[in-house]
Amino acid sequence: MFPVRLRDVRFEPNGRTVLDGVDLELGGEGITLLLGPNGAGKSVLLRTLCGLLQPSAGTIEWADGPRPETGVMMVFQHPMMIRASVLENVSLGLKPLGVPRSERRRRAERILERVALSDRAHDSARHLSGGEQQRLALARAWLTRPRLLLLDEPTASLDPSATAEVERIIREIRTDGTRIVMTTHNLGQATRLGDDVIFLSGGKVREHAPVRRFFAQPASEEARLFIQGELPWKLPL
Amino acid sequence: MTFTSTFAEAFSLIASLDARVAEIVLLSVQVSGTAVLLGTLVGLPLGAVLAIGRWPGQQTGTVLVNALMGAPSVVIGVTVYLLLSRSGPFGTLGLLFSPTAMVIAQFVLVVPLMAAIARQVVEDAWQRYAEELHVMRFSWWHSLTTLLYDCRHSLLVAVLAGLGRAMSEVGAVMIVGGNIDGLTRVMTTAIALETAKGDLPLAIALGLVLIGVILVLNAGAQVLRGWAMKRYG
Repeated sequence: MFPVRLRDVRFEPNGRTVLDGVDLELGGEGITLLLGPNGAGKSVLLRTLCGLLQPSAGTIEWADGPRPETGVMMVFQHPMMIRASVLENVSLGLKPLGVPRSERRRRAERILERVALSDRAHDSARHLSGGEQQRLALARAWLTRPRLLLLDEPTASLDPSATAEVERIIREIRTDGTRIVMTTHNLGQATRLGDDVIFLSGGKVREHAPVRRFFAQPASEEARLFIQGELPWKLPL
Repeated sequence: MTFTSTFAEAFSLIASLDARVAEIVLLSVQVSGTAVLLGTLVGLPLGAVLAIGRWPGQQTGTVLVNALMGAPSVVIGVTVYLLLSRSGPFGTLGLLFSPTAMVIAQFVLVVPLMAAIARQVVEDAWQRYAEELHVMRFSWWHSLTTLLYDCRHSLLVAVLAGLGRAMSEVGAVMIVGGNIDGLTRVMTTAIALETAKGDLPLAIALGLVLIGVILVLNAGAQVLRGWAMKRYG
């Protein structure tokens, strides 16, 4: 699957440029943080990577050939919670893989222990707090043992303790061998979790650097202003 | 016979569990219950297919279902009559003027209504979940069953609407059932007949039972839905 190479990827719905010639290479390990102001194209880039959106131009090359049918998962900012128990919601991830119901349940129970939701297994998933719902969504994705996991602002609007718990789980998933690419607006989280940072602005990759270097010596003025919190919402293109 | 005495006699018929009333009510519940049960098995998945399917003719299917939702029951009755009559394609089955024919007519009546409501309910859920189901590599079939399961409490509305239409319609069952005493006489056809004959107490008694049955079913469904929403959110 890795490396994944994006070459001059453009996404231009209705003539509006959202991704403007993205060139990237993602290796097989670690956590990559996608940073940038609102509207920079971070979420669109994640959606393009997981196949939800087709680039208007450019190519995404996977090491083994075409985009793999399995092994790429994405967790959304507002994850799907069907009207059922936590256990049922988690085991959903295994449904399309043809895993028998009893085995799905067994594996779901095990993964719920790892995300500290065992005691809520039989509660309604919709009654969970925002942080617990994110943990459930991470568990559902983790259960499928993805090679690449894409996270779209997994801790947006969570309190510090819920954020810490989600970050712990993300680290564990990474330790399990899953490559993670995630978006965040939390720069502290970027320094805590990230191995490298991709800084996007105006649909372009402005910088791709190891996390320490990005924060210590940002290569571009835009990145420096962003870190200082002075970047305007819309940069003049 | 005064207004008051008519109602008094009607209540007396109900309170004494009059055999004629009981027989008619029982047949009504059997016919409409069977039609709605079968309609649920077909109408809800059909609505879900129209909601999430992306195939040629999907829009046409939606328009057709919406249009049939308001089709007059006598038109459905005549159509089913022609299909089941001796000279019709299914004439050899000998179903005309039987409860089975009435079930078929009511089934044809309720399926578009249930499918149209189900389509709207499932489409709303599909718009919320489509991306995630796609990422999880859910097949079309798995998406369909998952959405139907998720929307099961809201789909009760479709079932109730179907039941309401089946139990209250008179035209179709009159045409294909023939309103034969002891065989195909249901509440609505009996009410029409007894009113014409001037036996108003029996007509009123059946009318009260009909309203009562629909009220009880709706109240039960409301309680069930309330419980489910509280339990599952």
